[in-house]
Amino acid sequence: MIALENVTKRYGGQPVVDDVSITFGGEGVTALIGPNGAGKSTLFGLVGRLLSPDAGRVTVDGMDVASTPSSELAKVLAVLRQDNHVAARLTVHDLVEFGRFPHSRGRLTVHDREHIESAIGYLELGPYRDRFLDELSGGQRQRAFVAMVLAQDTEYVLLDEPLNNLDLRHMTEIMRLVRRMADELGKRVVIVLHDINFAASYADRIVAMRDGVVVADAPAREVMRPDVLAAVYDTPVDVREIDGKPVALYYG
Amino acid sequence: MTALATPSTSTSTPVRPRRAWVGVLIGVLLVALALTGLFVGASDVTPGSLASGGADGDAAFLLVASRIPRTLAAVLVGASLGIAGLIMQMLVRNKFVEPGTTGVSEFATLGMLVTIVFLPGLAVVGKMAVAAVFGLFGTWVFLRVVRIVPVRQLVLVPLVGIMLGGVVGAVTTFFAYRLDLLQSLGQWSQGSFATVMQGRYEFLWIAGLMVGVAWFAADRFSVIGLGEEFATNLGLDYRRVVAVGMVIIAVITAAVLVTAGMVPFLGLVVPNVVSLIIGDNVRRAIPWVAGLGAVFVLACDLIARVVRFPYEIPLSVIVGIVGAALFLWLLLRRRSRAH
Ligand SMILES: Nc1ncnc2c1ncn2[C@@H]1O[C@H](COP(=O)(O)OP(=O)(O)O)[C@@H](O)[C@H]1O
Ligand SMILES: [Mg+2]
Repeated sequence: MIALENVTKRYGGQPVVDDVSITFGGEGVTALIGPNGAGKSTLFGLVGRLLSPDAGRVTVDGMDVASTPSSELAKVLAVLRQDNHVAARLTVHDLVEFGRFPHSRGRLTVHDREHIESAIGYLELGPYRDRFLDELSGGQRQRAFVAMVLAQDTEYVLLDEPLNNLDLRHMTEIMRLVRRMADELGKRVVIVLHDINFAASYADRIVAMRDGVVVADAPAREVMRPDVLAAVYDTPVDVREIDGKPVALYYG
Repeated sequence: MTALATPSTSTSTPVRPRRAWVGVLIGVLLVALALTGLFVGASDVTPGSLASGGADGDAAFLLVASRIPRTLAAVLVGASLGIAGLIMQMLVRNKFVEPGTTGVSEFATLGMLVTIVFLPGLAVVGKMAVAAVFGLFGTWVFLRVVRIVPVRQLVLVPLVGIMLGGVVGAVTTFFAYRLDLLQSLGQWSQGSFATVMQGRYEFLWIAGLMVGVAWFAADRFSVIGLGEEFATNLGLDYRRVVAVGMVIIAVITAAVLVTAGMVPFLGLVVPNVVSLIIGDNVRRAIPWVAGLGAVFVLACDLIARVVRFPYEIPLSVIVGIVGAALFLWLLLRRRSRAH
């Protein structure tokens, strides 16, 4: 279980995450939604020990992220940040291989190689495995990063807007993969999404943030209501039922 | 199934050629240049003179006392400076840095000057240690500056370093001038193997050892090259690996400085050429960078010895010309590749 207890993070006196208490890990897939600047990425940074909170405590399976050795946390928690720029000329295979680092510490076993192969297979990166990252399209590169996180094989996986840069087919594919990670591999995935319809159809639970606080936290269907969504995004959102599923309309 | 829905699963691109032949070429060149270097110089050392003179002959003495040390020194300097550049590029995440473009060499030189002024009786190993400590400080200063001053453009990062080096270099020159030590200063700033002989190059093995350390920790440096966020996520102690890298860079810089002097551009050019061929995975790149760096210095040293035969011109002149040309080529190539 990932638990945040009264966590606050301020930038220049301004709270960006404001006294948040929440747990993740009860459900397979949790979608984290909210407008730009709501504090979603900051929240991930706090859980992923990239930022230290000004107040409060973050634990993963009872381990305080501030004091637990990073190498231990890396075996149970993987975080993919929102904007990833890798300057080094690495191949897709290199990158996915580094995902095994917490387990292998650089000495790959047969077991590690299996994880690498299956992650490459899952994300259909086989044809590009020997390409350098700077020779890929934005979407292919994004999939390579997801494959890296998948190879890390942790119980908790945090993905910050992984659908950026992806075309419709690959967006759907990543969401299906996320679903399978939860259902078949027993992982607990928290995923930041902007398309609330993806959130509604793939997530078990939706957490909505705004101005650094959690404003909604409920099973997906309960968050998919015009009044809730309008309050989160500060813009009118219509919700219709299509084939028994709630679909948000926000193009008008 | 409809005729339409045949997903193109067989769009496999040809697998990247492993470029193994370039590696073989580097190996062959390394051996060939090293052997040639043994037999080139003002005095006559040839397989013939060695055979006729026997183990006690002049030729054999020259070979053991001067030519072999010189060749080994060139190999160690080339290999280790290449690695210092590679590691620095991973730490800074910028392809344009090396000890010479970040002020590290200048700080180490200042350290040398300090030993001459305050600790004149110090053994060479002590001088090297002081130079290494100054170099370490220089690396730290550079990393701080790059962190504090957010430099957007990649090419501006080494400019900051060169400015830093310029300031430190000016301070060093000022004191050297006041203390009448400009001549010593000139010696270090001009790389040369002319004075390398048995008993005066062995500190370079410490630089060689650092190459070993870098190789051992290669994957850690690759991960560091992905950035602090990736490194932390993968459970790496970012600061510790950076600290190890800084020590590697400083020790190599200092060891090369006390034995051969400054050798510009190498740490920049060699890793970049290797990066173009096989990429930046440090474990893969290290043997290539070390090999190509050694070839580079061996070749430049040979040219320095034969251009005005029987006189020598400073190695740094040749390295500067060849290195600058390669550097320009890399810059232009990058420009044309960028989108
Ligand atoms: N390093 C920083 N310094 C100052 N302000 C920051 C920093 N990082 C984020 N912020 C601010 O914190 C707020 C939340 O940012 P973020 O967590 O990235 O939002 P989200 O991911 O929900 O779009 C934003 O207003 C942003 O400007
Ligand atoms: Mg964000």
